[in-house]
Order: sequence, then structure tokens, then C-alpha cells
Amino acid sequence: MISSRPPSAPQPRSPFPSATPAKPAPAVLESLAHGASVRLAGVRRAFKGGVVAIDGVNLEVGLGEFVALLGPSGCGKSTLLRLVAGLDQPDEGAVEVVGGGVAFVFQDAHLLPWRTVLENVALPLELAGIRAGDRLAEARAAIDEVGLGDASGRRPAELSGGMRMRVSLARALVTRPRLLLLDEPFAALDELTRHRLDDQLRALWLAQGMTVLFVTHSITEAAYLAQRAIVFSSRPARTVADVPVDLGRERGPAIRTEASFARATRVLFDALEQAGA
Amino acid sequence: MIRRALAPLAALAVLLSLWELAVRALHVPAYVLPPPSAIAVAGGAEASTLAAAAFCTGRAALLGFALSAVIGVLVAVVLASSRLLERALYPYTVFLQTVPIVAIAPILVLWFGAGFRSVAVSALIVSVFPVIANTLAGLRSVDPALEDLFRLYGATPTATLVKLRLPAAVPQIVTGLRVAAGLAVIGAIVGEFVAGYSEEGAGLGITVMAANRQLRTDLLFAAVLSASLLGLAMFGAVNLAGYLLLRRWHPSEKSDRS
Ligand SMILES: Nc1ncnc2c1ncn2[C@@H]1O[C@H](COP(=O)(O)OP(=O)(O)O)[C@@H](O)[C@H]1O
Ligand SMILES: [Mg+2]
Repeated sequence: MISSRPPSAPQPRSPFPSATPAKPAPAVLESLAHGASVRLAGVRRAFKGGVVAIDGVNLEVGLGEFVALLGPSGCGKSTLLRLVAGLDQPDEGAVEVVGGGVAFVFQDAHLLPWRTVLENVALPLELAGIRAGDRLAEARAAIDEVGLGDASGRRPAELSGGMRMRVSLARALVTRPRLLLLDEPFAALDELTRHRLDDQLRALWLAQGMTVLFVTHSITEAAYLAQRAIVFSSRPARTVADVPVDLGRERGPAIRTEASFARATRVLFDALEQAGA
Repeated sequence: MIRRALAPLAALAVLLSLWELAVRALHVPAYVLPPPSAIAVAGGAEASTLAAAAFCTGRAALLGFALSAVIGVLVAVVLASSRLLERALYPYTVFLQTVPIVAIAPILVLWFGAGFRSVAVSALIVSVFPVIANTLAGLRSVDPALEDLFRLYGATPTATLVKLRLPAAVPQIVTGLRVAAGLAVIGAIVGEFVAGYSEEGAGLGITVMAANRQLRTDLLFAAVLSASLLGLAMFGAVNLAGYLLLRRWHPSEKSDRS
């Protein structure tokens, strides 16, 4: 179901073998049809007590783009993501998502501890009133996509942190979202697990073509994952840089040691430093 | 398990021995403080009376406890449904905690008649507050990220209550029920003091008063002990049920149990 490597690259097998054989990534045009577009114009959000989290933010994200949102911690990235998800309303300006189907992945897995993996992943479909048979089949497919097929009967307390995060990812994917919002999703994991999940997320994006907004404070993670990185200033968040990451669509772990990767992280590093991180 | 029971059992044996020796050495009259051996003998001789009384009290306490669980959770759900309702009504639920049950028991007799029903209602009144308070705290302490998730997926308020808030509150509900189980027995016995006389049979509260009037202090102690055991049994049953319910998913159940 997923292909986490370009077919040509001489890479070891995927760390998450899936039940179904790997399928080549769909053509760009085909994947565009699956994304949503996002537009923020002059958005301001101030909280009670006078904290202005974001102010004057303009942002356009096209269909099927993978965009990293970088910025110093506390600058308002989570606030921005909640606005895009419709979980919060701006005080000024407009937030527009065209194409619907939003899913959200938080920094921690936030699973329902009394439910099994399968029941957790099926939750969004359950809330949408999908019949039990259909939603469980969809949930199984999503669990397979993140390589957790063996764990579907277990409960969150019986899983490692990385597995829980993959359940969270499967729960987001089960609705086949057109816009996937992730708020520092892998920040709490060890580096090896994080790299694996990065690869998996990229593979899922290549296969499904949804639009991805990925909040992170890791420069290398932003460079590795995204086609484009937007750098925010410290609070109140304003966009200070909007940089393409020219590393091609197909990336594998080997790229982390290449000069082009070092250059890309350098660009982001400079932009972030200018932002006053 | 056996090892952990060893220390308290040893402490009990020492305590009982000291009690026995002290009472005999100091020639304390048996109607003031009987020795443990006399209590055991009285308990053995009146075993069937005590068992019948414990059954009578236990039945009323159990009904009171069950009502407490249902009414307590329902009241908490209603209070949690709006800040305004909670602010308006919660102070009055505190009354339940301060109401002198002995003083209102005559009213219960007036309304429900003497005996079983009044005693059960007395158990309910005494035990319902911890259920309300704990359930309310549980319903209020739901992970905000999960509330966001339910909102994102367009969950109705009912779905959010049934699939998120109530299950998330289960550990606190169980805590409330544990406290309520012990209190229900106390409430039933106090209720019996005033409202317990009836044809249907006498509970432990009646036994306690009768033994007291006859200066049969050994039987009095045996009845008090039976009441404690009854409370302990109800507490233990709730504890076990809570443990079985929560062991699969509630992290604190692993470390929290003493
Ligand atoms: N609900 C809220 N009420 C008040 N202040 C908030 C709220 N949410 C966030 N903030 C404040 O807004 C600022 C930005 O927060 P956040 O968006 O979480 O930053 P980031 O995700 O970039 O670390 C912080 O100073 C935070 O304290
Ligand atoms: Mg944040």
C-alpha cells in the first residue's frame, strides 16, 4: 500500500513492511485531485489577558503541497494550526480551507485508553455515522498503512510511544483527509523512531496526495519532509521567510548525509535565526 | 499477596492479645469493655441473629448504594452539562453532605414508612454526595485535545458524553463509588436507629441498640464488628469491580493500588 522509497534507490527494505506490496507513487496531477488548499489573509488572534499569538499572517498553501511551519516555541504555531482546523476563530482576517476533509495529529497521541487500536482508529468514522462493518474495514486498512496490522487488538497502554503515534496517524488517515495538520507530532519520540515515522509520513503523502501542514521546531525534519518551509517570527507570529526545499519529491534516509540536504538546512537555519529564535 | 497480609494480621494479633490481657489484669467490667474472647463467644452464640441482621442491613445499604450510583452519576451529568446549572445547583448538593440524617429520619418514616425503604433512602442520602462530586470532577477533567478531536469530527454532545466524557470519568466515578459503598452501610445503620423498626426484620442498627439497652456489650461489639465487615465487603466488591474494569486501560490502576 505504501512505498517509502523510490523504486530506484538502493535502500534497505522499509522498516514498516506492509501486508500489501509497494505501489509506485501516483503521478503528480493525479495526487493534486486529493488535496485541499488553504488561505490565510491578515489573520490575528489575541487571547484574553493580552497575549497576541499571531498577527497579520498571510499564507497560501496549494493543493497537495507538503509545507513545514517552523518557528521558535511559543510563537503561535499551534494557535495557527487550530485556526486552520476550525477549532478556533480569528479575531481579525480570514481563514479559508477549500476542499474540506481536515484531520489533525497532536504532539502526543491522545488515544482513548479504553479502546483498542482498531476502535481508536475507527472513531472518526464512527462519529460520522458510518456502519460498523465499513468503518472497521477502513480502520484496518489505515492500520495496515502505518504498519501496525499486528497490534489492532491491543490497547494504548500496551504500545510503545512510537506505536501510539502511528495509531494517531492512522486515526487521522482513516477519513482520507484532503488536509492533514500535524502539530509537532513526533517531537516526543527518540530520533530513530522519528526518522522512521518521517519516512512513513512522506510515503503516505506521496501515495495519497493530501495537503500537509507540518509544525515542527526541527530544521532537519522540516528540510527532510517538506517541499516548502514557512518560518515564523517569535510572538506574535508573522511569516518572515517562505523557502522552497529543493530536494525533489523522492527522498530517502541517504539524503540526510548529502551536501544538498546540508545546504537546505543551512537556508532554513539562517531564516530561523533572522526570525529571532 | 499472602506476604502483604502478614504484617497487618500480626499487628491485629498483638493488639487483640494486649486488649485481652489488659482487660483481665485491670478487672474491667464486661459491660464497659469485654475482652475479645467474650466478643467472639457472643458473636458465635448469636451468629444466626447477626447474619440475619447483617443481611437485612446489607439489603437496604445495597439498594441505597445502587440508587446513589445511578442518581449521583445522573445529577453530575446534568450539572456538567452547563456552567450555569452547576453554579446554580452544586452548592445545594453539598447540603446532602451536611444533612443530619438522624434528624430527618423521622421525615423519611413519614414519607416512606418505617423499615426497609426508609433505611435505603437514608443510605442513599448519606452516600450520594461523593458520587456526584467525583463524577463531576471526572467529567470536567477530560483531555482538551480529545475534546478538540471530537469537535473536529462533528461529534454531537450526546456522542461526546457517551463516547468520551463518561468513559474518561470512569476512574473518578469508581473512586466516588468506593467511598459511597462504605458510607451506604453507615447511612443504613444510622437510618435503622430511627426508622428501622418494622415487621420485615431487624438490621444491625436495631441489634446494636437492643444490645446496648440490655448492657450486652459483648454482643454490641460483635454487631459493630459485623457492620464493619459488611462495609468492608461492599467496599471490597466495588474495589474489585473497579479494578477489573480499569486494569486494561487506566495507567494509575497499576501504581495507585495500595
Ligand atoms: N487558549 C489560550 N489562552 C491564552 N493564551 C494562549 C492560549 N493558547 C495559546 N496561548 C498563548 O499563545 C502563545 C502561542 O502559543 P502556541 O500557539 O501554543 O505556540 P507554539 O505552538 O508556537 O509553541 C503562547 O504565549 C501561549 O501561551
Ligand atoms: Mg505548539
